[in-house]
Amino acid sequence: MKGRLALVRTAVVLTLAFALVTPSVAAAGARSSIIAGFAAKAGKPLSAARGKAFFTGKHTGGKPETPTCLTCHTSNLRGMGKTRAGKAIKPMAVSANPERFTDPKKVAKWFRRNCKTVLGRECTAQEKGDVLTWLATQ
Amino acid sequence: MKQIFKPAIAIALMAFAAGGAQAASTGAKAFQSECSACHMAFPPNLLPKQSWDQILATLDNHFGEDASLDASVVSDIRQYLDANAGRFRSVPNPPPLRITELRWFRGEHGRMFKRAKADPKIGTMSNCLACHRGGATQDND
Repeated sequence: MKGRLALVRTAVVLTLAFALVTPSVAAAGARSSIIAGFAAKAGKPLSAARGKAFFTGKHTGGKPETPTCLTCHTSNLRGMGKTRAGKAIKPMAVSANPERFTDPKKVAKWFRRNCKTVLGRECTAQEKGDVLTWLATQ
Repeated sequence: MKQIFKPAIAIALMAFAAGGAQAASTGAKAFQSECSACHMAFPPNLLPKQSWDQILATLDNHFGEDASLDASVVSDIRQYLDANAGRFRSVPNPPPLRITELRWFRGEHGRMFKRAKADPKIGTMSNCLACHRGGATQDND
């Protein structure tokens, strides 16, 4: 009887631990597969350093009011950003916002819009992958 | 025949209402989530149907921003907005696209325009939430 109780207790503890860890594990998994998708399309290794330069740097070709991603997302990626209309944007840093970059449709939508705004063109798969690789470390 | 007819109509009406309500709630949810990403989701009854239709047809250049959406999402949102748009006695052509330019809005907020632009906490008159804190607690996307 004692042995069985211990077994049940271990099972309960493990299940609880698994349940607590699973959402963030699942999120990380979803994010990795999105990034992997961009890497595959890019056909070359991604680079967080390149992603940082791209995200924080100034671009031409887009709207003059938004020369950089930082215009709305700000240089404090763990804090709130601000849309052109004044609404708060949740943090881009994955450490502050673990849900970031886990929904492929959302990622596609915002890259589509914001690259057009900041760069005046679509971002390449490499650029998108680089940026996400970097933001995942922030 | 009569006895079957009445309940059959009642069931059909309920099914239609439920189906309609289902579609409206999909559109309502999409409107709330998609149209509150950058600004407050403005109450649909503030603009006539013609205005909403025009806005939805030009999302890739939405007041200078790219607010484009997948076609099926636009369709759901259009269904919701058309059903909940404001009833205006007459709608000019082209229809008004800015709530802030409607006569009643100017009447209510006329004095605020200059101050809003000058105050970085407000910035623009379309930033309703800066002062109307109770409106739309929707997190943006």
